[in-house]
Amino acid sequence: MKGPIADIWVYLAATPLLGLTLTLVCYQIAYAIHSRLGMHPAANPVLLAVAMLVAILLVTDTPYPIYFDGAQFVHFLLGPATVALAIPLYAQIGRLKKLALPLLVALVAGSLAAALSAVALGALFGASHELLMSLAPKSVTTPIAMGVAEKLGGLPSLTAVLVIATGILGAIGARSIYRVLHIEDHAVRGFAIGLASHGIGTARAFQVSEQAGAFAALAMGLNGLFTAAALPVLLPWLEALFHS
Amino acid sequence: MLKALTLLLLFQLAGEVLSRLLDLPVPGPVVGMALMFLLLLARGGPDSDLRETSNTLLSHLSLLFVPAGTGVLLHIQRVAEEWLALSVALVGSTLIGIAVTALVLNAMIRRGRRDEAGS
Repeated sequence: MKGPIADIWVYLAATPLLGLTLTLVCYQIAYAIHSRLGMHPAANPVLLAVAMLVAILLVTDTPYPIYFDGAQFVHFLLGPATVALAIPLYAQIGRLKKLALPLLVALVAGSLAAALSAVALGALFGASHELLMSLAPKSVTTPIAMGVAEKLGGLPSLTAVLVIATGILGAIGARSIYRVLHIEDHAVRGFAIGLASHGIGTARAFQVSEQAGAFAALAMGLNGLFTAAALPVLLPWLEALFHS
Repeated sequence: MLKALTLLLLFQLAGEVLSRLLDLPVPGPVVGMALMFLLLLARGGPDSDLRETSNTLLSHLSLLFVPAGTGVLLHIQRVAEEWLALSVALVGSTLIGIAVTALVLNAMIRRGRRDEAGS
């Protein structure tokens, strides 16, 4: 880019206004496409918005930190939104009490299956140690995953990206898995997608039903807790086992 | 709206303080969610203001992940180098994670119902 337009872009990119507005505009275009396609999971709004933004930033040669100066205002809302998940969760209290034991068993099984299969598949296809340790916590919500990756010797900022990718994949694929496995119960559907695909899976689950969303939020929180406690102990031990 | 938003931020703040003070492995907002859940238990549910505000916030939950997702820009080189292992691991483990969780939970719920019917 050259000329007056480029000058104006350089000026605007230096203020938070541009990053913030771009994020909102791209998301709304992505969401319009998603709605137009009947909320089809493959047209995931996060994926579409990220693809648009990456293309724009690459074409205009805008560095990510400059974009994030503006986008951080949207990013910040993740905190209060996480707290707000307690409200739909509370609405499910009756079913929650009844299902306490099944939920705990499914949590341990699903959490270990997701983390260990990621490391095993990555190792099988020759991933570096750094990548494997960044992969292990990718099913849980971003701040927990980044903390766990750091403890394991992975790259926290790479983990953040893998977390988002996992969320998008789960939101896209879950419906087909449930169809093949004949899973009908919205509590089960929500819990599984929230466990494997954290907030993005939870966002998708809320589109399906309030109950699915609430159980997804619960699974996200529980898996965050469990992963943070279990992986830093379990993974080094498994590695030692394989190398001996 | 303003009152509910302030309450959410206060709980996030309390979660943040507690997480650091007790050196918990879980980040502040998740602790805040647990604290908020306890408040709702004590109060017998949210008021309409809190319910509406959280609905608004959660109806655009996907949007909030866009800035972090765009961070893929920082890792384009590594993604290009290790794309095969990355894609297999991500796709495979996400599908396995969802399938295992759903199957185990489904089986456990069915067993519970059978026990109830049998006893």
